[in-house]
Amino acid sequence: MFSGFMVNAWEVGTIVAIVAGVVGFFVVLRGSAFPAHAIPNGAFAGAAGANLIGINPLVGLGVFSLLAALGIGSLSRRGRADVVTALVLVMMLALGAAFLSQSTEYEPQIFSLLFGEILGVSSSKIVPVAILGLVSIVAIAVLYRRLVLNSIAPEIATARGIQPYRTDMAFLVVLACATTVTVPVVGALLIFTLMIGPPAAARCFTDRPGIAIAGSVVLALLTVWAALASSYEFNWPVGFFVGAFSAAWYGLGRIYAWWRRTSAPRGSGTME
Amino acid sequence: MTVAPVLEVDGISVSFSGRTVLDGVSFEIRRGEFTGLIGSNGVGKTTLLRVILGLQRPDSGQVRVLGQSLSAGGRSLGYVPQKVLLDPDIPIRARDLVALGLDAQRYGFGRRTKAQRELVAKMLSDVDAEGFADARVGTLSGGEQQRVLIAHALISGPRLLLLDEPLANLDPKSVQEIVALLHRVASDNGVAVLLSAHEMNAVLPVMDRIVYLTQGRAASGTTDEVVRPEVLSKLYGHHVDVLKLHGRVLVVAEPGAENDDVPDHPPVTVT
Amino acid sequence: MHFLFEPGFFTSGPVRTAAVIGALTAVVSAVVGVFTVVRSQSFAGHALTDVATTGGSGAFLLGLSPLSGFIAGGVVGGGAMEMIGVERARSRDVATGIVLGAATGCSALFLYLDTTQSATTGATQQILFGSIFTIDPSTVPTIVILSAATLLGIGVIHRPLLLGSVSAELASARGISLRVVGLLFMLALAIAVGLSSIAIGSILSTALLIGPAATALRITRSLRTAVAVACFLGVLTTWLGILLAYDSVSWDPSSQGLPVSFFIVAIVFLLYLASGLPFARQLSGRRAGGGPPQGEIPPRREDASLGAAV
Repeated sequence: MFSGFMVNAWEVGTIVAIVAGVVGFFVVLRGSAFPAHAIPNGAFAGAAGANLIGINPLVGLGVFSLLAALGIGSLSRRGRADVVTALVLVMMLALGAAFLSQSTEYEPQIFSLLFGEILGVSSSKIVPVAILGLVSIVAIAVLYRRLVLNSIAPEIATARGIQPYRTDMAFLVVLACATTVTVPVVGALLIFTLMIGPPAAARCFTDRPGIAIAGSVVLALLTVWAALASSYEFNWPVGFFVGAFSAAWYGLGRIYAWWRRTSAPRGSGTME
Repeated sequence: MTVAPVLEVDGISVSFSGRTVLDGVSFEIRRGEFTGLIGSNGVGKTTLLRVILGLQRPDSGQVRVLGQSLSAGGRSLGYVPQKVLLDPDIPIRARDLVALGLDAQRYGFGRRTKAQRELVAKMLSDVDAEGFADARVGTLSGGEQQRVLIAHALISGPRLLLLDEPLANLDPKSVQEIVALLHRVASDNGVAVLLSAHEMNAVLPVMDRIVYLTQGRAASGTTDEVVRPEVLSKLYGHHVDVLKLHGRVLVVAEPGAENDDVPDHPPVTVT
Repeated sequence: MHFLFEPGFFTSGPVRTAAVIGALTAVVSAVVGVFTVVRSQSFAGHALTDVATTGGSGAFLLGLSPLSGFIAGGVVGGGAMEMIGVERARSRDVATGIVLGAATGCSALFLYLDTTQSATTGATQQILFGSIFTIDPSTVPTIVILSAATLLGIGVIHRPLLLGSVSAELASARGISLRVVGLLFMLALAIAVGLSSIAIGSILSTALLIGPAATALRITRSLRTAVAVACFLGVLTTWLGILLAYDSVSWDPSSQGLPVSFFIVAIVFLLYLASGLPFARQLSGRRAGGGPPQGEIPPRREDASLGAAV
């Protein structure tokens, strides 16, 4: 399990988990579960399109994820955010379906793009993936304070000159970046669970943001590693295990939070 | 033979997680009376209204509407809740919301009859809402929405209209308009009103009776009977003074006394 | 005429079935969709489609009809979401996302098993992206009955549903049981999703649910007109999509045409964008820019995903 092509998978998987853990903390904080679900579908369309033209899939992933993020951000200004997100999501999926219908390997390609594939990233692509991952994390670090304030108390943030539209857009773009990194191995439809389950669970265990982010990364790493190992063992799709383990962490976190709440004295609440 | 009061509240007590919110509150409202439920924020006005509506079960005590024990959804009560956030996207015009006051709880199809449509038009004109009757409710101003909600509550012909802090977020001009409108519509239709507010001066001109609520206890009667130093001091448990100035009433506690429950006063304006 | 309608379009059996089923599905989706958007349940509606995917792929594995799988998945998922009902909107979205993710993971597993264990290919494509041209005619009566039942159901509960969507407080003060109404609506939503999953695939059925409805809500004023316009747009979109998909086979001889679902989603998306243009917004009689008059802060819309308006 630890030799040959799997080395690739472990390396990329680790990068994926770290990025998902960090970015996911803010996804949960901002309640952006829906956009986090929608943007990776842009990646799906992009990969399919890139495949069709014969260029580097990573480029396609990046461009279309960005398009999805920009689309959601700008259209949400005028329309309802949830409607816009839903429509962009399906539009991207439909585009991907259309691109794939023109290629000869329809079925297996859909499958691996949507649900993940251990062989998802070849060794030649690790460097760009690592760089993009680093960029995402650095962006989060730079935007950290404004992002936190804007996520928790938007009106206060606006009063201090932190423009909501720009911050929202910036976050969506970071999401797109993170998506580009993470989709190839885990799959477009499942990556967002990695950005929700571990961070939400981490928040149940601790109240402090720094520790929560670290915890989120740790849980994400455990999830990805376990998923890769399981997928190798059983030959089942990586995405299935990611979805299942993320849900498991979330469940554990909720149970722990509930237990703490019912056994702790009145007045000590956890961050929900 | 006396007619049963529209509302009888008898010894209502409610406590949440060990904290007593209402403690033996009793009062009556008779036909057509305009009653102000006055008390500062958090004192339990909303809880009391919810008990009357049947949405909150009291620990003890009884509520009778027109002599009968209450069940939620009775047509004798109209209700305008505190914060109704109306989404501009919801495809309901003012006219539609008022019409829903007639039949929202009914399952099934059926177009509204001509008589019903005329009733809706009458209610809209009663609350001066004809000008925006066909606009989406979410696009109306606070005062305009308030009027639509009042019409929605009144159209089914209740004997008592309950309003939870309807004046809280309105500008002074709108406050005067709504109070005058309420008084007019209520007396035209013979409807009693129980309106909660955190200060009494806005409704003083139209109030027949007052229920003054503080620290879970209430005193009820006419304004002259209740808003007196003796009565209020007893209610608060410490000495308070009552000042009347330019037709307004101020309740003032001594400095140093526990006056965190004394209701807010508007800044005194010299008119 | 040849340019628009490729030969054989009107006489083709599958096309006719597709047109009928497509229209029915579009109408049901539009009606249910209007309420879905009004109740800010777009995310829940989408989550339901993913749970339906699980049902569909599971049914395929077991050799049952995809329709029953889609609907069963939707009903179970929707019921679960409605019963769980977490309070705060953000926690709700996270919970919905987790359920959605777990369900999609299971879909991945089922589809994988479908392709490795059964002789038939194209399971993934069929379930995810629809099979409107290959609908088994014997399922048509079932689809018709389900559609009629759902429309009837919405008609029966539409008033309490409407008031509950406007304000939960007003509704409960009138004795309306928000729980019952909410569950019934979820059921209707599950069936609507199930039906359109057959037509354009489970992960795309959100388009038919949300698109025409949201577009109609932007350009109309009252509920009745919104529903009517949404139905019209839905049927138009579906028929146009079918036509273009049929024609597309002849555009490029080497390919097998573009999927129906792609055209439908694209048209839905374009229509929504079009409704955002200035001239369209005038139709709903809104004040310029929408929302309350100057000086008032519009209420912050929490994207609630479950339950009635909080």
